[in-house]
Amino acid sequence: MPALAIEVKNLVKRYPNAVAVDGISFTIPRGVVTALLGGNGAGKTTTLSILLGLLLPSSGSVRVLGEDMLRHRYRVLPRLNFSSPFVDLPHRLTVRQNLLIYARLYGLRDRKERIAALAADLQIGAILDRPAGRLSAGQKTRVALAKALLNDPELLLLDEPTASLDPDTGDWVRSYLEAWQARTGATILMASHNMAEVERMCSDVLMMKAGKIVDRGSPQALIDRFGRANLEEVFLHIVRKREPELEAM
Amino acid sequence: MTTAAATGSGGSLGRIGAMLLRYLYLLRSSWPRALELMYWPTLQMVIWGFMSQFLYVNSNYVFRAFGVLLAAVMLWDVLFRGQLGLSISFLEEMWARHLGHLFVTPLRPFEWVAALLSMSLVRVVIGVVPAALLAIVLYHYSIFSLGLPLIAFFVVLLAMGWALGLAICGMILRHGMGAESLAWLAVFTLSPVSAVYYPVTILPHWLQYVAWALPSTYVFEGMRAVLFQHLFRGDYLATAALLDLILLALGSSVFFLALRGARRRGALLQMGE
Repeated sequence: MPALAIEVKNLVKRYPNAVAVDGISFTIPRGVVTALLGGNGAGKTTTLSILLGLLLPSSGSVRVLGEDMLRHRYRVLPRLNFSSPFVDLPHRLTVRQNLLIYARLYGLRDRKERIAALAADLQIGAILDRPAGRLSAGQKTRVALAKALLNDPELLLLDEPTASLDPDTGDWVRSYLEAWQARTGATILMASHNMAEVERMCSDVLMMKAGKIVDRGSPQALIDRFGRANLEEVFLHIVRKREPELEAM
Repeated sequence: MTTAAATGSGGSLGRIGAMLLRYLYLLRSSWPRALELMYWPTLQMVIWGFMSQFLYVNSNYVFRAFGVLLAAVMLWDVLFRGQLGLSISFLEEMWARHLGHLFVTPLRPFEWVAALLSMSLVRVVIGVVPAALLAIVLYHYSIFSLGLPLIAFFVVLLAMGWALGLAICGMILRHGMGAESLAWLAVFTLSPVSAVYYPVTILPHWLQYVAWALPSTYVFEGMRAVLFQHLFRGDYLATAALLDLILLALGSSVFFLALRGARRRGALLQMGE
C-alpha cells in the first residue's frame, strides 16, 4: 500500500482570464488530517475539485491513493468521498432515499444496515424520512457526513465542514470527525476558514495564496515561524502580505 | 485503515439501477407531476379523437382509416415524451445542483445516460399507454391494431427522441441553464417536417428532402402505409433505423463532449439554477 494518500506535481489550472492553480506540488501521507488554507480565490476549491476528478487540470500530475487520478479515477472514486455544505443533496428526496441511492452507487451490500448504523452514529434516525430540503443547517451537515462516510472512505475531502453551523453543532461535528478518523485511520484533507478548527483538528497545514502554496507546516510550527499568537494571525499575515515579502521569508 | 464497507460490488447495472431509482423516487414524490405525464397525451388524444369523428363523415382521408390521426398523435407523443423524459431527468440534476456529488461517486457518464434513457422509457409508457387505452374506450380505436409494426415505430421514435434529448442536454451543459427552454421547444421544429398528420407529399418539394432525412418521417409514412394499404414498409424501417443510429451517434457525441468540456471549465460543481 503506498504511503502517500495524495501526490501532486506541478499542478496548473489555467482559465482564459486567470490562473487558479499555479504549479503547486505537495504530498499528503496516509492517516493524517491536513488543512488547505487560503483566502477567497486562493485556489483551494480548484485544488479540491481536481483531486476529486471534477475538474481537469491544464497540466501536472495527481496521484490519489496510489492511482493516477487523471487516467484511473474510477479505481480511486470508490475509495474516497467528499462533503461540502455548498453542494446539497436533492431536496425532494428523503434523507433515507438519498442515502440508499448513494449506497447503491458505491455498491454497498448491506445498505439498510449501513444506513441504520450511520444514522445512529450521526443522530439522524429521526429525520431519515424527512425530505432533504426541509432540514436545518446542522441536520444537513450531519446528513452530508453520513453520505460522505457511507463507503468508509480511505480519503475524505471536506470543503468548509462546519460552515454556517452554530458553535455547539460545529463542535459536535469536529468531535465526530476526530473520533472517526482516529478509529479508521483515514486521511482527511479539508479546506476551512475556521482557524480554531484547523488548530484543533489538523496536524498539517498547506497555506495557499494566488494559486500557489506559500507555506506548510503544523499549526504550531507556523505560529512559531511567523511569531504570532495563533493560526488566525498567521493566516491574516499571509493573506495580507504581498508576494515578494512572503518569498523573502 | 478503513474497512471499506463492501464497496465496488454491483457494477454498472447496480449504478444504473441506483440512478433509475433516484428518478422513480422523484416521480413518486409528487403525484401532480406523475399526473401531468398522462395529462397532455390524453388531452391531445381526446381532441384528435373528436376531430377524427368529425372528419370521418366529412373527409375521405379519415373515412378510409379512422385511426390515422389518433395513431399519429400518440406516436408523435412517443417521440416528444422520449426526448422530454430524458431532458427532464437530466434537468432534475441541474436544478438540484447535484452533479458535483454524482461525479465523485463511481458513476460513469455512460451509466448515467443509461439511467436517463431508462427513465425516458418509463415516462413514455406512463404518458402514452393510458391515452392509448382511453382511445379504445372513447373512440373504439386501438393503436395496438397496428400489430407488430407498432413496436418498430415505437422503437424508432423513442431512439430519435433519445438522440435529440442527448444533444439538447449537451447544449445545456455547454451553455448553462439559459439553454433550458430547448428541452421543451426544440422537438416542435421537427413536427411540421415529420409529416405527422399529412403525407410528406404535401410539403414543398425542397422541404421534402429535409423530411426524408428524419427517421420520424419514415415512421409516419410507414404508419399510413399500414393503415391505408395494409402494407408494412420494411425499406422505410431500415432507413429510419439507419438514420436513428447516425442521430444517436451525433447526440451522444455532443453530450459526452459537453460533459468533458464541463469538467475542463469546472462547471460540474457550479452548474445549476
